Amino acid sequence: MTTVTNGVNVQALLDAREVLKDAPEAAQFTWRATSTWRDGVHSTTTVRDFFGLGEERSHKNESVFEADHPEVFAAEDNGITPIEYLLVGLASCLTAGVASVAQNRGIQLRSVASTVEGRHDIRGILGADSDVRNGFNDIKVTFTIDADATPEEIEALVAQSQKRSAVFDALTNPTDVTVEVR
Amino acid sequence: MVVGAGHAGLAASHFLSARGIDHLVLERGEVANSWRRERWDSLRLLTPNWLTRLPGGHRYQGPDPDGYLTAGEVADFIDGFAKASQAPVRTGVEVLAVRPAGAGTGAGTETGTGTGTGTGSGARTGTGSGTRIGYRVQTDQGEIHTRTVVIASGACNLPSVPGFASAVPESISQLTPFDYAGPDALPDGGVLVVGASATGVQLAAEIARSGRPVTLSVGEHVRLPRTYRGRDVLWWMHAAGVWDQRHDQLDDLERARGLPSPQLAGTPGRSAVDLNALMASGVEPVGRWAAIRDGRALFSGGLRNVCSLADLKMARLLSGFDEWATAGLPGLDQPAEALEPTRVPASPRLQLDLRGGEIRTVLWATGFRPDYRWLDVPVVDAKGRLRHVGGVVDSPGLYALGLPVLRRRKSTFIHGAEDDAREVVDHLADYLAGRH
Repeated sequence: MTTVTNGVNVQALLDAREVLKDAPEAAQFTWRATSTWRDGVHSTTTVRDFFGLGEERSHKNESVFEADHPEVFAAEDNGITPIEYLLVGLASCLTAGVASVAQNRGIQLRSVASTVEGRHDIRGILGADSDVRNGFNDIKVTFTIDADATPEEIEALVAQSQKRSAVFDALTNPTDVTVEVR
Repeated sequence: MVVGAGHAGLAASHFLSARGIDHLVLERGEVANSWRRERWDSLRLLTPNWLTRLPGGHRYQGPDPDGYLTAGEVADFIDGFAKASQAPVRTGVEVLAVRPAGAGTGAGTETGTGTGTGTGSGARTGTGSGTRIGYRVQTDQGEIHTRTVVIASGACNLPSVPGFASAVPESISQLTPFDYAGPDALPDGGVLVVGASATGVQLAAEIARSGRPVTLSVGEHVRLPRTYRGRDVLWWMHAAGVWDQRHDQLDDLERARGLPSPQLAGTPGRSAVDLNALMASGVEPVGRWAAIRDGRALFSGGLRNVCSLADLKMARLLSGFDEWATAGLPGLDQPAEALEPTRVPASPRLQLDLRGGEIRTVLWATGFRPDYRWLDVPVVDAKGRLRHVGGVVDSPGLYALGLPVLRRRKSTFIHGAEDDAREVVDHLADYLAGRH
């Protein structure tokens, strides 16, 4: 295999897979976000700490996300709409997957771009029609990939990245959600 | 001591006899019991008759080498093998427990069973490592002491059903392939078949033919055409050497052992049972059944991707056959084929109201698992799988046969028993002789 440099340390991931096979408790992570209401439908959410490999950990830097609604919703548009963050999560997760799988399969990537579109009937959230759901009707992801690979190999990269994607799974399968007030 | 008189246990018996090793084959029911009692009426073998063979040259001799045996014919074929090889089978003997002979206080009846008359003589004083205490086999007809045990009780003793099955409303009948005989015994109305491997697609096809609306929940699956370039796809697997790939040569053995059975049926018309064929006969595919919430079945939105994965894998396998055949094969005059991708519906349903009356029956075709509740030796992992390397179980003198990719990809097929049984018995004989 020629040396492929997609910048993913696949060996570390494969090593972790072997170690965690026999240490399921160390594989338990908790991701965390903390949110504060600003005004109107504007909120600020920060992400820094998480739990994993048996202890509390932190990202190198805290990240801050502003969420609001656009002006057509009669809001201030201080940030993107919450549901758009799901698109951010899906696009970045699938892209990371494409890079990792490509590295593992010895495929050199030159460029990976994607567009994620979520179709949304807002009559659901407005309560205008009880038959319309609140969430996306459907989501479409379109990748444009330039790589040293056949079209079939590129299709397989994208398929495998979906198969191993946390966000793809979280969006396509139900998740038990508990919301409490303290 | 061999546990189970199916094709795998009888193949072991054949090679034990050939080496002059005294043994017994214990069978809880009759020879080929699962084929006779635990499968649905229309079941046929996936492999064509010319490939239906067992050790000692025992093979299909009928008029239709390209056909597929019915379950009853398979049972008769295996029974014929047992008789031809004069296997020392004790039918109607249920093994209740197997434990190391050193364990517990039970005083076993020492029999000649398992005492090697050939190469095994003197094994107890051999130079091999480990303890050679043997095993106590407790049956419903007494206890037997043996130095070695070959577990050939099968890989499909119990149906695997997800935990949320208990949340299915009582108004719906739930069946597994062990309870299902044929579509006529089902209630009228819709049937939700869960699982799209060989069992699920075969049952979905025949239930749809009975006129009942069928919804098929589809997770990861293996798509294969019944024929490719005019030949049975299993001919290609056989001829191109895919089936002979060994357990110690595969990149990801765990994955290979977990592969679901392919979407194939051994129907006389060699008809396809892939999702395109099923949809053409009215079956509605939905994603993997993930949960039940408020009486509604929730299906994964990932149907498109599991179909893409299956299409891509099938295309890779078939193009591998094409490459292998580029040198030219006598009689192969049909060109390479490109199969139509799976026509995934534009908007597969994501949920279904189980209380609405649309579904009257849920048929769990969600796989099978072996039953080792009788095995009182610490060799079963947390997921219920036997710890073994190529059939040599992680306890001296204990062996296994007939499990997925035990030693080769063909291990669970009828014709896969011969090579595995020969090698496992070689190891067993060496063990008795103190060479392990």
